Amino acid sequence: MANKNGVRVLVGTRKGAFILTSDGKREKWDVSGPHFAGWEIYHLKGSPVDPNRLYASQSSGWFGQLIQRSNDGGKTWEPVDNKFVYDGVPGTHQWYDGTPHPWEFKRVWHIEPSLNDPDTVYAGIEDAALFRSTDGGKSWGELSGLRGHGSGPRWQPGAGGMCLHTILLDPSVPGRIFIAISAAGAFRSDDAGATWRPINQGLRSEHIPDPTAEVGHCVHRLAMHPSRPGVLFMQKHWDVMRSDNAGDSWHEVSGNLPTDFGFVIDVHAHEPETIYVVPIKSDSEHFPLDGKLQVYRSRSGGNDWEPLTKGLPQSDCYVNVLRDAMAVDSLDSCGIYFGTTGGQVYASADAGDNWAPIVRDLPPVLSVEVQTLA
Amino acid sequence: MIRVVLPAHLRNLAQANGEVTVEVAGKATIASVLDALEASYPMLQGTIRDHVSRQRRPFVRFFACAEDWSHESADAPLPEAVVSGTEPLLIVGAIAGG
Repeated sequence: MANKNGVRVLVGTRKGAFILTSDGKREKWDVSGPHFAGWEIYHLKGSPVDPNRLYASQSSGWFGQLIQRSNDGGKTWEPVDNKFVYDGVPGTHQWYDGTPHPWEFKRVWHIEPSLNDPDTVYAGIEDAALFRSTDGGKSWGELSGLRGHGSGPRWQPGAGGMCLHTILLDPSVPGRIFIAISAAGAFRSDDAGATWRPINQGLRSEHIPDPTAEVGHCVHRLAMHPSRPGVLFMQKHWDVMRSDNAGDSWHEVSGNLPTDFGFVIDVHAHEPETIYVVPIKSDSEHFPLDGKLQVYRSRSGGNDWEPLTKGLPQSDCYVNVLRDAMAVDSLDSCGIYFGTTGGQVYASADAGDNWAPIVRDLPPVLSVEVQTLA
Repeated sequence: MIRVVLPAHLRNLAQANGEVTVEVAGKATIASVLDALEASYPMLQGTIRDHVSRQRRPFVRFFACAEDWSHESADAPLPEAVVSGTEPLLIVGAIAGG
């Protein structure tokens, strides 16, 4: 049964990619890497329809952006097209000081393979835009209706840059895509990326001039359960939020969290109302409260949260967990994974009750994805 | 035949061992050498100079015959020693960071 299955954990770090594999018990792990040693790997992810097809975002302050593709589960890689050119005349967005600033490509933050075609893949980039390839990464084109939204000139970078970091493909509504940008907010397309609208109603951000503005919210991460894609969860800069109408409106579900600042949020593979966050002290202190690394779980879709601590350091721990660094597997007993800026990747094979590090001395972890293998 | 020394990361990317060589038809310049290099090693496109502006990446430097060519015109003729293959064109990742 479940033990015949395996998992492959794809870890992007500041200095390379690592691939961690285990059987369904998830007790013993094989560590492969570093792949692309010395390069920043912001994200790597596999195709849901062809698990051996992986895509990786490889970048460097010296040599720019590359996209790598594997057809054998990460054993070998080949570089594909790395040309991300904005459609038409890029124009300007707002700079940190509010002045107009030209759109400039910096890097690919997130790669999202299509749900039904291994050759179709989306890329979220900085400065924020959405690109798509339909030929396995051999060429990229911008879905410029997003950046061309009327609010585009008012978008402004967050502290980490103006990145498009989340791409969610709706498995039940054809053509529906959700994305999120720091610090513009969340957007939805219902026509496969041709046109977009902001979905930020209900968000409240006290640090911006108009706390309930249409755009300008620092959304850190969105999550959905594939069986119920109209329900979205959001870790905003501050506040954990929930939408029950595909983002048309949001309400806060931070509840009894000790701090509602954080980056990651994810949903249990089999329980759509069970969600996970890692509370971080504040936007000026990017580490857990009181030096205790705690995952918080809500089994009620928010508001009521419980700390999960078994196996996690409960003293002197001052790491961060970045926005793309949590994932879940879909084995019978759902596995939860997250990586830290201290180089640890923690795994729980029992939905968060017990944790253990798979590895503890990698470079700072930027992203974690999991593939459940048949 | 022009010899080109790549920085280690790009050598790995190009799967090249040691120096690479390129043939340039016409005047040998930084631009024409990079054109030939990128034609032989397409995976290097965008890593040394920007795809669109064709400008050198800020942390990439060019050296030839012990001189820094980074700020020379990309269309300036390279020294005869590079053209003849006596000396290589060095593409260097700048020392940066703390």
